Amino acid sequence: MLTIENLSVKVEDKLLLKNINLNMDNGEVHVLFGPNGAGKSTLINTILGNPKYKVVGGSIYFKGKDITDMPIYERAKLGIGISYQSPPSIPGVKLKDLLKIISKVDWEKIEKMAETLHFKDFLKRDVNVGFSGGEVKRSELLQLFAQNPEFIMFDEPDSGVDVENVKLIGTIINDILLEKTKKPADRKKSGLIITHMGHILKFINVDRAHVLYDGIISCSGSPDEILNTIIKYGYERCIACYQKRKH
Amino acid sequence: MLSKEKTLKIKKTAEKYRNVPAPHGEDIDLNEYKINKSDVIIDSLEDLDREYRSQLENIGINVKEENTSGSYLQINNEAVYSHVQSKIEMMPISEALKKYDLDEYYWNLVEIKDKYSARAALELTEGFFIRVPKGVKETIPLQTCLLIGKEHSSQNAHNIIIVEEGGELNIITGCTTSAHVKSGLHIGISEFYIKKNGKLTYTMVHDWGENVHVRPRTGVYIEENGVFINNYVITTPVKSVQSYPTIYCEGDNSKATLQTIVYGKGQSVIDLGSKVVLSGKYSSADIISRSIADDTSEIVARGLLVGKEEEIKGHLECKGLIISDESRLYAVPELDARKANIDLSHEAAVGKIAEDQLIYLMSRGLTEDEAVSLIIKGFLSIDLSGLPPNLAKSVERIMDMTLDSI
Repeated sequence: MLTIENLSVKVEDKLLLKNINLNMDNGEVHVLFGPNGAGKSTLINTILGNPKYKVVGGSIYFKGKDITDMPIYERAKLGIGISYQSPPSIPGVKLKDLLKIISKVDWEKIEKMAETLHFKDFLKRDVNVGFSGGEVKRSELLQLFAQNPEFIMFDEPDSGVDVENVKLIGTIINDILLEKTKKPADRKKSGLIITHMGHILKFINVDRAHVLYDGIISCSGSPDEILNTIIKYGYERCIACYQKRKH
Repeated sequence: MLSKEKTLKIKKTAEKYRNVPAPHGEDIDLNEYKINKSDVIIDSLEDLDREYRSQLENIGINVKEENTSGSYLQINNEAVYSHVQSKIEMMPISEALKKYDLDEYYWNLVEIKDKYSARAALELTEGFFIRVPKGVKETIPLQTCLLIGKEHSSQNAHNIIIVEEGGELNIITGCTTSAHVKSGLHIGISEFYIKKNGKLTYTMVHDWGENVHVRPRTGVYIEENGVFINNYVITTPVKSVQSYPTIYCEGDNSKATLQTIVYGKGQSVIDLGSKVVLSGKYSSADIISRSIADDTSEIVARGLLVGKEEEIKGHLECKGLIISDESRLYAVPELDARKANIDLSHEAAVGKIAEDQLIYLMSRGLTEDEAVSLIIKGFLSIDLSGLPPNLAKSVERIMDMTLDSI
């Protein structure tokens, strides 16, 4: 589905990602851990194609295609989607109208999903204008449901969300957006999740975890194992592995 | 009818100002624009030929006259159609001047003080006279249309609306030129009176030829508990528009809301503003403008709130997007407070389209052009929450139509 080879990325002459390698197969969900400023958002924005992030080395392949220089909207059309951590508001544009523009599924299904998300009243509202933290996340999920991408990146999907809604959001990401309730052979979706605290991981079936530290993937492995280590020792332990990888 | 004294006074003032330029806007040589009549005779709007009909439809006029409480059409300087299907009274101003004593309403809110108002006072001028009888609430919109049908001619209009006590009226006005007409001059005098507990919603769409000069002169008077809502929309190229209506919130608790939507295209020079004088206790006003400067257009967005009485409240919000480096957007928000216990505020912001909004929409699969167009449409969208459902639907349809052509 997605292959990243020796990727290095600069923003305003600052090297933020160094020689990243990552491979995700169909149906896989990966989680990306890392302290603030490690480069997690940089990686997501680079895969997305945000022109602010300059690829200075390496390549990104999506569904076998080299997308390294592809414009952002073509990547979206090809099947890459994102749930933003803090998306901008678009005053005067109704959520309903935006959903209809980006939609690849029937309107009835979107309305039903809006109901499941307890979000039907927000269809008439301007996109993200005056939305609370949790409302923003539900708006993002509804847009992703309409857009129906094959590979979805979630940037802190549980930040600013109350406990009750973390479960709702996590379940929808797992069951619907990432098709984790289907048999492995039938799963067509893949996901990459950025999370700090990992609350949402209680509800999402993650296949693999990576730790990003100072622009380098310092380790990859089983999500539970890595998360438990981080909870127990913080990112201190990752620094040692980082030093090893760096040389 | 006007009294002899009034007639004489109008004539004297107009003669004095016959050649005096306006303080704002390009000075126009009036001799270049002839004052023509019309050669159109119709019994209904559907009798109009196809060119006129499609032009009217472009500015939101329903030529089948469905879902309207009345229609008025003026071509050049002649009222070719005036018909109501409700208790509202409507007739050409020339007829009203024969029928009624209009001393208190004619040239009462708008002063003759430049060559444009002087021309409307001295030369052949038509317009609509609308009166909502006491207590009559008509929520179905009434439509009026002023059309310039002849190249390089001057259209003069003098409109009067009187909403009597407790009355309510919703008007959609479209001003346009027929498709083949590229140049002309439109002078429009409007004097609106909203009496105690009355309400007037006035939505105006302008779609002129690219060499047409437009000089409206407007005054609105609001009594106790009266409400005036004004929406103005222009999104197509014009030579120049210069207008600075004055709203007098005279009665206690009177309320004025003015929304202006401007998309400056081509070489348009648009100088628009509203002035609200708050002199009734607890009276309030909102002046909201959204302007976009594109191509080589020049836009001036003015606004002035004058607080003359205690406990008044006024807010001025002026937002602009500048798209082209060849264009100019000049915002002039002003506050004039004359009492201590008042609440006046303003905010003005001009910028380009935000990069994060573009990226956001493009990451949902919109191309850059599609994203820009959606952001612009959103930016220019009008707040319809204060309008009755019928009118809101019509205005929404007109806005969709106008903005789709952007």
